[in-house]
Amino acid sequence: MDNAEVTSPDTADITPGPPLWLLAELTYRCPLHCAFCFNPVDYARHESELDTDSWIRVLQQARALGSVQCGFSGGEPMLRDDLEELVGEARSLGYYTNLLTSGVGLNEKRARALKDAGLDHVQLSFQDSTRELNDFLSNTKTWKLKNQVASLIKEHEWPMVLNCVIHRMNIDYIDKIIEMAIDLGAEHLELANAQYYSWARVNRDHLLPSKEQIVRAEEVTARYREKYAERIRIIFVVPDYYESRPKKCMNGWGNVFLTITPDGTALPCHTARMLPGLEFPSVADHSVESIWYESEGFNRYRGKGWMKEPCRSCSEQDDDLGGCRCQAFMLAGDPAAADPVCTKSPQRAVVDAALDKAQLPDAELAPSQPLVFRDPKASRQLSRD
Amino acid sequence: MSDSEIDTASIPVIAPLFRLQFEKVQDSWVLLYPEGMVKLNPSASEILTRCDGRQSIDDIVTELESACQQTGLAADVIDFLSDALKQQWITLK
Repeated sequence: MDNAEVTSPDTADITPGPPLWLLAELTYRCPLHCAFCFNPVDYARHESELDTDSWIRVLQQARALGSVQCGFSGGEPMLRDDLEELVGEARSLGYYTNLLTSGVGLNEKRARALKDAGLDHVQLSFQDSTRELNDFLSNTKTWKLKNQVASLIKEHEWPMVLNCVIHRMNIDYIDKIIEMAIDLGAEHLELANAQYYSWARVNRDHLLPSKEQIVRAEEVTARYREKYAERIRIIFVVPDYYESRPKKCMNGWGNVFLTITPDGTALPCHTARMLPGLEFPSVADHSVESIWYESEGFNRYRGKGWMKEPCRSCSEQDDDLGGCRCQAFMLAGDPAAADPVCTKSPQRAVVDAALDKAQLPDAELAPSQPLVFRDPKASRQLSRD
Repeated sequence: MSDSEIDTASIPVIAPLFRLQFEKVQDSWVLLYPEGMVKLNPSASEILTRCDGRQSIDDIVTELESACQQTGLAADVIDFLSDALKQQWITLK
């Protein structure tokens, strides 16, 4: 969701604007086992879920603060049988409601109920266009189903965004993916390279494409973009490792995005719980207003006051706000460091080493471990490591 | 049809992908679309809130000129609507 186009107020050091974007992660449960899942690798330790009334309270409080986009996500949000009720509540509160789904569980009956509840938009994730690779990457038989779900989306006249996570193993088939999206009638196609957090960080050796692969994929995308400009908008997001400056993560910490995890923990982004020395409040104990404006967790990396060198004196500090705090922690060991994607970071060598490895042919890649699929057993194992 | 040839007898309407809504907290009109939002300035709001699928561009210009007690707004309105059309915020019928 880093490429979400939400306009934001100027980032002020003192008073943040409203949490325009509310991401409701309803559950970590999921029938798929994607090797690049963005849920925390230790999700199996956080199995409890807010009940319907608690979610409704969160929706009401955030809306009163000015939240206007609401994403229902997971895990697989279709696994919550109160999804229709929550969507209905959100829509009547005035949210633009987005369902982010793998499509599993979205049958004719539930599609109609969601339409009646006022659901505005469905983003359907595809792992790949070829059945074999799709089933391999999501580790289950879902390709046929996703085609059926895409038809349901069109039938109910929802705008359809197809999202396909791109990585080393499917990037060479990007033409097939684009053709599939056009065939299915998608208005938007997000070809977002895996970001190396959570499960994708564990599996990075398997997922990070070579430079050559990226260049080729960009050329193919540009060709289709030109040819089908009237029919589909295609967004291609390069892995930030290949950039020389970091992304302005979440459009600024605690600036626009508010994520509520299944157990009610409020986070400035869906991976922030990994950061050490920070307590994130729960909606079970605090109002959304006090969480957003007053909590230490949300205030810590707001604005620029927390910056160290080289960010503190950098002329570009407003462009990216030092990049991503989680990436700084993962790659530099310090959440207040410059994001090591930045070539001004003293730790840029860590990123370059990963890139060097990615240029090797597959046969010489020698990943540090086999591909780890997301499931509760692997999660418990990784929680112990 | 090129931008300059937009037919002022046609009737603009907000495209199905978008929702036009007033946001109290932001004290402004916004266009909402999948996972995004465009915050509208006052003149854009005046025009888009009149794209109701009933009034033609000519009607909208007349109404705006009367509301603002000003003449010669046609070029600005057409410019904006051409851009809105390009952004796919509206469709014409």
